[in-house]
Amino acid sequence: MYKNNNYSGKDRIKGFLWLFFSLFILWLLLTSTFYYQEFWVGIVISFIIAITTHEFYIRLGFPPVTPKRFGFFILYIFILFWEIIRANLDVASRIIRPSLPINPGVVIIKTRLKSDLAKIILANSITLTPGTFTLDIQEDRLLIHWIDVRATAIEEATEIIGGRFEKYLRIIFQ
Amino acid sequence: MTWGWWVTGFGVIFLFLGSLGIYRMPDVYNRLQAGTKCTTLGAFCAILGVGIIEPSWFWTTLIIAVFVLLTNPISSHAFGRASYMSSVSFCEKTKVNQSEDFCRDEDNDT
Repeated sequence: MYKNNNYSGKDRIKGFLWLFFSLFILWLLLTSTFYYQEFWVGIVISFIIAITTHEFYIRLGFPPVTPKRFGFFILYIFILFWEIIRANLDVASRIIRPSLPINPGVVIIKTRLKSDLAKIILANSITLTPGTFTLDIQEDRLLIHWIDVRATAIEEATEIIGGRFEKYLRIIFQ
Repeated sequence: MTWGWWVTGFGVIFLFLGSLGIYRMPDVYNRLQAGTKCTTLGAFCAILGVGIIEPSWFWTTLIIAVFVLLTNPISSHAFGRASYMSSVSFCEKTKVNQSEDFCRDEDNDT
């Protein structure tokens, strides 16, 4: 997939525009001013970055935006944030207990997601959630370090670790 | 205004617990667990608290916090993968180890 660089002109323009506007909105939020000098510097820098790197952006393969996908994405962010808070409290409580109640292990789970971007998001979400942490990815299998092993069979571990996120990611990316 | 101090203080407590976890855990992988989990919320709350104290910085601090949230798991994944690839051993407490089944095909690795 690294060799295929023959994108059509329409794809290139679309990728360029998405990247340009997201970079520019990010610039406006960071500077939080509409003073014309900063405004024009932002436009020029976003333009240069977008024109040089839009190929990488297309290669990531973002799916087309629809209201359903967008809604589930917002829902996903809230679920992820809730899981992050739970993860932090869980690991913090393990750390401060004098007996250090850990039960670590390394397990394999399987994912049904196809696109690389979806797998990246799944792996990052797993790293952020309670006691699990992605060591390696190969094709459709993920190697997970688990601080409190509760299941060793692949299907069961997949359901406990990745099930919460995978059903949303499958709607967003397919 | 005072809310900002509370949020920052909450974040600082979690950053402290993360450092304590790095000291107490038995091996690299468990240390990374502590280092990722606690510092994510710790850094997020500490940065966001500054934004609440100084409302004109709020959007800037929110973006910085979101970038910390996005990049923190990537850095810890890089550390974990590097330790796993250079076969750093797991501690004795480790119950299950399926990493031998997870053989890497060097030919498919582009």
